[in-house]
Parts: sequence; structure tokens; C-alpha cells
Amino acid sequence: MKFTVDWLKNHLETKFNNNQIIDKLTNIGLEVESFESSTSELDTFIVAKIINAKTHPNADRLKLCDVDIGRDKTIEVVCGAPNAKNGLLTVYAPPGSIIPKNQMKLSVSKIRGVTSYGMLCSESELLLSNESDGIIELKNNKYENKIGEKYFKNTSEKVIDLSITPNRPDCLGVRGIARDLSAAGAGKLKINKKSNLTYRGNQNINVTIKKEKAQGCTIFGSCLIKNVTNKESPKWLKDKILSLGQKPISAIVDITNYVMFDLNRPLHAYDADKVDNEIIVRSSSKGESFEALDNKKYILENDMCVISDRSGVLGLGGIIGGTRSGTEYSTKNILLESAYFLPHSIRKTSKQLNIDTDAKFRFERGIDPLSIEEGLIKASELIKQICGGEISNLDVKKIENYKKKIINFDPFLFEKTTGFSIENKELIKILEKLGFNVSKNKKILKLTIPSWRPDITQPIDIVEEIVRIKGYEHINTSEPIKTRLKPTLNYYQKLFHFLQRSVASKGYLETVTWSFTDSKINQLFKENDEEIPIVNPISSDLNVLRNSIFPNLLFYLKKNLDRGFKDISLFEIGPAFKGKNPGDQLTVIGAVRAGKVSRLSWNDKERIVDTFDVKKDVIQSLCEAGIDKEHIVIDDKTPSYYHPGKSGGVYQNKKEKNALAYFGEIHPNIIKKLDIKTEGLVIFEICLDYIKELKQKIKDTKSEYKFSDFQKSERDFAFIINKNFKSQELVNIIKSVDNKLIKSVQVFDVFEGENIPEGKKSIAVNVTIQSEEKTLNENDLDNVNKLIISSVESKSGAKIRS
Amino acid sequence: MSDIKKIKDDYIDKLNSENNIDKVNNIKSELFGKNGIISNEFKKLGSISVEERKKLASDLNNIKDELQNKISIKIQEIETKEINLKLEKEKIDVTLPERDIQIGKIHPVSQVIDEISSIFSEIGFSVEEGPDVENEYNNFTALNTPDNHPARDMHDTFYLDNNKELLLRTHTSPVQVRTMLKGKPPFKIIAPGRTYRSDSDQTHAPMFHQVEGLHIDKNINMGHLKGCLNYFIKEFFEVDKIKMRFRPSHFPFTEPSAEVDIGYEIKNGKIVIGEGDKWLEILGCGMVHPNVLKNVKVNPSKYQGYAFGIGIDRLGMLKYGINDLRAFFETDYRWLSHFGFDPLDVPSNYRGLSR
Repeated sequence: MKFTVDWLKNHLETKFNNNQIIDKLTNIGLEVESFESSTSELDTFIVAKIINAKTHPNADRLKLCDVDIGRDKTIEVVCGAPNAKNGLLTVYAPPGSIIPKNQMKLSVSKIRGVTSYGMLCSESELLLSNESDGIIELKNNKYENKIGEKYFKNTSEKVIDLSITPNRPDCLGVRGIARDLSAAGAGKLKINKKSNLTYRGNQNINVTIKKEKAQGCTIFGSCLIKNVTNKESPKWLKDKILSLGQKPISAIVDITNYVMFDLNRPLHAYDADKVDNEIIVRSSSKGESFEALDNKKYILENDMCVISDRSGVLGLGGIIGGTRSGTEYSTKNILLESAYFLPHSIRKTSKQLNIDTDAKFRFERGIDPLSIEEGLIKASELIKQICGGEISNLDVKKIENYKKKIINFDPFLFEKTTGFSIENKELIKILEKLGFNVSKNKKILKLTIPSWRPDITQPIDIVEEIVRIKGYEHINTSEPIKTRLKPTLNYYQKLFHFLQRSVASKGYLETVTWSFTDSKINQLFKENDEEIPIVNPISSDLNVLRNSIFPNLLFYLKKNLDRGFKDISLFEIGPAFKGKNPGDQLTVIGAVRAGKVSRLSWNDKERIVDTFDVKKDVIQSLCEAGIDKEHIVIDDKTPSYYHPGKSGGVYQNKKEKNALAYFGEIHPNIIKKLDIKTEGLVIFEICLDYIKELKQKIKDTKSEYKFSDFQKSERDFAFIINKNFKSQELVNIIKSVDNKLIKSVQVFDVFEGENIPEGKKSIAVNVTIQSEEKTLNENDLDNVNKLIISSVESKSGAKIRS
Repeated sequence: MSDIKKIKDDYIDKLNSENNIDKVNNIKSELFGKNGIISNEFKKLGSISVEERKKLASDLNNIKDELQNKISIKIQEIETKEINLKLEKEKIDVTLPERDIQIGKIHPVSQVIDEISSIFSEIGFSVEEGPDVENEYNNFTALNTPDNHPARDMHDTFYLDNNKELLLRTHTSPVQVRTMLKGKPPFKIIAPGRTYRSDSDQTHAPMFHQVEGLHIDKNINMGHLKGCLNYFIKEFFEVDKIKMRFRPSHFPFTEPSAEVDIGYEIKNGKIVIGEGDKWLEILGCGMVHPNVLKNVKVNPSKYQGYAFGIGIDRLGMLKYGINDLRAFFETDYRWLSHFGFDPLDVPSNYRGLSR
């Protein structure tokens, strides 16, 4: 909502200066976006200096000038003026400027093969004189310090631009703003002058509001103005329209716009001679069409509120008029409309047709239904004043009467809500200045709501009115109440926190990527999940919700590889979507590692990252988050985007069905498809939702402390075993020989090839044996050894290496 | 007697000039072995008279002690020398690089979320979460924003179906709705998380982060709201004083509503928060609208309280001097390394919010 201070003063008697007005507006909830001169087409012309003028390489008469326009760099402009020379101060017009003389818009162009960025101007081009022989020469002493500044002074009045919240349609007119300011003590609202218009004859175009279920209009007021002379608006009116940032069109159109912004009362003027017999306000039928004033043809759906005559649709009520009945300079007789349209009807229609106009914006928020006559009278007066003519009696048709809204308000609610109290007298004064009618019934105030305040429907709205006008600075700053109702984080939130920092501590950089991704990459990772398209994506390559974190991680991994990074560790913790309903999502960590370990190390051998690097990262992170390593089970079933032979799944214990993590190399086909160029690429993922909450809190597990002081012994075994036999299985067989005695089993060598039969491998393990009751003698140890060998051989088909 | 004295003097000389540990050991057995010179002298003691024996034994013991002492000093001396020589040879260049250090980082958004949670934890708030995909009811209708309300236009919503039933939440406020629907008052929560609007330019990203706050109890008023936010802002920006302005505004789900500005100034091209005469809008808040309370089955005549919504990314940008919002989500290795935080830097009250 834009207006000038002058305009405001038409309605407000105030001693406030501009800055006080600006502060007051912000303090009562009418946020000031800006307070500056309205922009002018002449703003782009700036003072510039020719640094170097040399001859154009392809044309002797043209010059190529390096021009200082007050920026970091000079720019190149081709110029045909004979007086262009080094050191000359002149006026420069950048691309996009409109040259006053011919109204041409400048663009970047090539002149004889050299690109020219803008133009140096002559006096005649700027309509300063007829001098067209050469560019303007500015006086050094006056302009030397002004390079880069605007050449033309902007003399227009400063414009206040308010950002009006959707609940305040009344402040979409200058009078409403003045009313709020007066309530807040910034002055006195001027009383509208009584009109002394004389009316002649009746409005003889019959108006009917059809009684239909979907009728979007409840009141239609109108008058006829005969024998007008439409013309250009006078300067004062043009200036008002310009200050709104709009273009003056003709006196009649400008007047209807002026009244709309002045009183927040949209009006529409028809050329009465173009209306076919009568006005019918009705709901449209699907397929009807009309050409609107924005020069577009609209094809209507059912139940849109239209103003029509016998020939068809004239316009969309409260949204936009049609060209068929539009006013022109030649218009002689006008039908002026001032109506009330229902907000939801306006909103629905404008959404369906995608139209946005100032009238629509206002009706959608709710116009004062009692402002019909006021609008007609104010506009008629102005039309008579500027265009002449005779005004008919006002004709107001309605299918519904406005009902007064009354709220019973207990002033205690104010104190209860805001925490501070205010005298009843002051409270009533504020409300009355805002237009409320107040009567008292014991402690309760009976308030009649002003008809221009559709937003006020219940007592809390009254509290807001009083506190915003009184000023939020009166609200106390209470000490925070520290009472706690439950722990800050629950188990899974703590887990999130632990794992996030645990993974990062392994050398991974945390990233945050979009929750959406490119369906083409997503489908490589979505497994059996349904694809979840976004109906209105921000771009076609972010068109689905991600089923996995990897599509984005790999996309950005590739970008970083392309930047020249070789060794990259990245992870993200966030949602992966499994369906389109609320809650169909899992919290997942996705991590990638690319490149080498110990690259260019002077003492360690460099090697490519491998599956066991990420296996370590994932297992260690899980252990740090409290999961017992002893119970973790690994298998080799992994999603299809993993390398089928070099990847594994991690289970919290042998009973769990869902893998809580996967790790391994990514499938070579995917690397190829995504065109990722790196020496090595391994990934892991942890699904936090699949981690089972631990049964014991750490305070309970710490209390039990057992250890043995008896001597421990270590024995090494090497078995020849089937190549596919899993080491985890072998370790479990050995442990199960005697869970109490066997303290640990460590695989320390795996070997295939020479001296080992085809299809077999050699696994060497180191077993630690220790009793909690006594020191074991040779005999005891021999027995355990024998048991280990026989168990392994019988359960796995392995042979001990002799 | 003079014999043994001579032996002693000879051997002391010998030991003095000897530098080989084996040879010293040889000398030791020559003297004290089974048939060693000194051992033999002791054996002779039995065959002499008692008077002489006493004197000789005493002399012998003294000589024995002196020699043994000399030998052990010598051995120690040689060993020290050898070790020093060995250490001299083993010297390495300790300025050569250490083995690879892998430095991981926490994203600024995560760090700021942890900072915020830590601050609100101090004044008794707990953390709640909600799904990223919401239904139309929780995101709008329950929050007093019916379909025909123009306030909906302020949210450019991503939809998952043509009926506009399922959407990506445009704010974290639906977590209020979920929390209140599943529990009984009082409520005291914050809800950080991802939010989405189909808007993309220098200062807007289609995904961003918000934290919602909600405190409902019997007598919570706007003074508590002001106090809570004043405390938060001061703690978050780690300053003693902060200029703060509450300004009336409008949100459908709160009434009265406010926007909060904080004072700032530009010093040497950098934003300094807290003082100065410029205002920066940082959050929206208000008293929860009675219609919202009714929608979630809380009796507005018994309970009342406040809610607020803060842009997390923006807070992080202000605190840590990050200029471009879009860079948060572009996974540039250099940016993540530069703006990321060490994983051990866990924001907490007792150790300080940040280093």
C-alpha cells in the first residue's frame, strides 16, 4: 500500500513530522517497507567521465570510449559524437534506460562489430534543448565529484510503502491508515465534508442481483452520470496516481482508482451506452467468455460472479472489467458501480483464473459493506468537477442486509493476555477512535464492531486492538519460567545427536541437502519404495522426494570431485521418504568416502578406500552410540545399489529382521551411470529408526564390574575352510565351545592361493582363554584346544592346518 | 698384604682404561669367580693365625668392596655411553608430517539447532519433532488458516497431490498441533526442523529450517513471551545486552501477534548484533489463537500461552557472518570445511555455547 504524506494529511490533522509518522505506523502494526521518492524513468541517467576515447577499429567516424561511471571498472561505449574526448564529463544512459526524446529502450548492442554497453547522451536526446550536435559537456567544477550519481534530481514527493497484513483490509485505503494513526495519538481524523451534490433523474438501467446459491454479490450500488467529457487527469490527480506507482489513464479511470486507494472502496465505471439494456449480476456458466481490460480473453467456469447484460458477460464482479463496456475518451455517459462481493467467491474465481488486481486484492480481504454510497458520492463529485455531467439518483440493490456485529468484552481479558493493565477510560478511548461503539453493562463492555473491520470477530481481537495501539513497549519482560515438564531429548533424539557427531569425528564433513531430488538419480536408489513426485516442483531436476540420501550425496560428491578434490568424506543425517503420507519417513545417515587413504604420505603406503574402512566407521559409530559390539551380526544381503560381493548389512543382534546399517562399495553400474570419476568409492548408511532402544540405561550397566586375575593364555589356530565360509561364523563356533573360558577370538590372517586347494582359504585366529576360577594348567588348555578343533571341523567342514 | 694391595692397584688401573663391557665382565670373574684371585685369597684365610686372620679379612673385605664398586660403576658408565651412542644414531626429523588427520565437521545448521536446543533446555523446554510431509489440516486449517484465507498466499506450498491434501510443511507450526493433540496441557516445547516453500532466489531457498516454540499453561501471558525471547536472543548471540523491539503483526494462528526486531550496526563492513540504530527482523510470535486451542481440544478459557517461529538458517548467518543462504545447501567441500564446526564442540550451558 503506497501513499504520500500529503495524501495522508487530507485525512489526518497532525503535528507529527515524517519520521514520527513512520515510527508510529510501524509501532501500531502497519509495517513501513520503505519511505523514498517514487522511481522515475530519468533515475537511470548518470554523470560519467570519458577516460579514454579511441577510434573505433571498424569505423573512422565512431569512437570507442572507456567510461568511468563510478563503479570498480570502466565500461565500453561506442559513441558517434565528434566532441567525445578524454576527460570529458557527460551523461551516460545504461542499457534498459528509456531515451526521453524517442521513448526507445536501450539494449546492449554491437555497433560495427564492437559491443557497446549503453549510450552517451546529447541534450536533445534528453529533451533539454535542440542541441543534437555532440554529447552533453558538463562543467568540471560542478560535476567532477559526482561521477556515478543521478544526473536528474528526483523532485517527486516521498512515498510511504506499507506492508499491510491480510487481516487489515481497512488499511488498504489512506483514510483507514489515518484512522489508526489518530487512535494512536498521532493526530485527529478529519471529518468528511458533507456532500452538496445535486441529483437529477433516476438511474434507469435496471439492475438485478439474481438469487442463486453461489451468488458472490450481495449489494450492487450504481448511478448514471450523463454528458461527461472524459479527458486527461489534472496534475494533482496524475501525481497521486503516479505516487501509487501506476500509470494515469483517463480522468474517469484515474478517479475510480483514486477513490479505491483513498477510501478502500473499489469502483467500476462502464460506458453506459455500451451496456445492452440492463445489468444482471449472476453466476457464470462453464464456457462463457469475455475479453478483460488486461486484454486477455477469459473462459469461465461455473459459478463465478459476473456482471452481465443481455448480450453476455461484461466483467468479473470485483475482479476485472471487460473491454466491451470500458470507458474511453469519447465516452459520454457513465454507469458507476459500487458493490459488495463476498471474499471467498472472489478468492475462488481469481485463483481459478489466476488474476490479480487491486480490486480483487481488496474484495478478497473484505470491503466495508456500508461504503457503497460514500464511494459513489465521492467519485461522482470528482467526475462532475473534472469532466462535468449530471448525476442520477443513487440506486442500491441488495439481497442481504448488513448485520451489526456485537462483542461483549471483559476488560480483564486484556490484562490476562498481555500481563499489564490499562485504565478502562483509556481502553474505551482507543476503541472509540478506532470506530467502535462502546456501551457499558457493569464490568462488561458491549462493543459494536465497525463495518470496515471484518477481521474482528471475538474478544481476543479486541485485546490485540488495544495492545497494538497502546504500544507493545508497555508489555513487561518477565524472567523466564524454568520449570521443566520432561527431559529435553528422548532416546532417538539423543541417538541422532550422538551418531551425527560420532560420524563427523571419523573425518566426515556434514552436509545438508534438499529433501527432494532428481527422479532419474532417485530411481537408482529407491529399491521397492514408491516414487513420490512433487506436483509443483521448484525445477524439473528436483521433482521427487528422496527415497534415499544417496542421490543427493553422490550428485554433490561428483561436483566436489569436479572441483578437483580427490579424497572426500561426506555425510548427511536427515529424512528418507518411504511413502507420501505424513510419517512415512525414516531418519537416516548416509555417508560416502572417495579417493585414497594416506595419499602422498612419506611413510605410509597409500591405498584406495575400501569396504573395511567404512565398516570400521559404521561399527565404531554404533558402538559409541551405545550399541553392544558383541551382539552385532553382519550378513551380505544389501540393497541393489551396493556392489553385490563387497557390501554388508549390520544387525543389532541375531534376532533383528531389519538391518540397521549397510556398508560397502557402490555398484559399478551406478558409478558409470552417474559418470563419477574417482579411484575408490565406498558408502555406508545407518537407519536410526531401526535401532532398538537399549533396555538398560548406562547407570545400570556400569554397576556390574567383573574381571579375572588368573593367568590368561593365547593360542593360534589356522584352518583350511571353504572360500565362502564366513569368518563371523567361524568365530561364533569357537566362542560357543566355552563362552566362559574363551574371552576373545581375533582373526589375524586370511589367505588364498599358493598351497591352498582351489575353492578354499586359510583363516588364522588367535584365541584368548582365561578362567575366572583358577589358573589353567597344560591339561586344561589342551582339552580346550582339542574341543575348538573338533567343533570347528565338525560344524564347518574345516581342517586344521598342520 | 702388599700382594693384595698390588693386585688391587693393578686391577683398578686395568678397569680405568677398559671400555669394553665383556672385558669388564671377564675381569669380574677373574677376581670373584670360583677360582678368582680374590676368592682364592679368602680361601687362604682358614690357614692363618687368628690374629692375622682378623686383620687380613678386614683388608680383604675392603679391597673386595672397592673393586666391586669400581666394576659396577664401570659397567654403568659403559652402558650409558653405549645407549647415548645408540640414541644419537636413532635421531629422526620430527618436523616431517604426522600421519593423515581426518577432520570432520558439523554443518552450521546442525550446530545452531544444538545451540538453540541447549538454550531452551536451560529454561525447561523439551524438543518435539514432526514429519516433513503434512496434511493440509495440520499445516493450515488447524492453525486457523482456512482455505479461503489470503494468508495462505504468503506460503508458496509444495504439494504432493492434486487435491492439495498432502504437502511439504511450510512451517514448523504443525508440530504444535500434533503435540497438543496427542497430550494434555501444560505444554513447553521447541520443534526444530526442515520447512519448505517453493521460492528460490538469493535470500530464499526452497528448503530452510525453522524452530517452533510453544508454552501453554494456565497463566502464560505476553510478558512471559517477551522474557523468554529476550533471554534466548541474548544467550544465542552471546552478548550482555541486546536491543530488541516487539512490533504488532499478524499471523492467523496467534493473537495478538508480533514480529521481533533486533538492533544492529555495520562496523567495518560486518554486522554487529545488539547495538546500533538499525533494525533486523528475526522472528514472528504471539499468543496462541483461541481457535487453534479449540482445534486441538485445549480449553482456551483455562489455558493460554505463546508460540514463536524462528528461521534457523538466518540466525546462523547473522551469528557466524555467512552471507549466502543458498550456500548452506550446496555441499561445497570448501564451504563445509570453512563454516563447519568441530564435532567435539557440543554446545552446552556449563562449557559455553561456542568456543
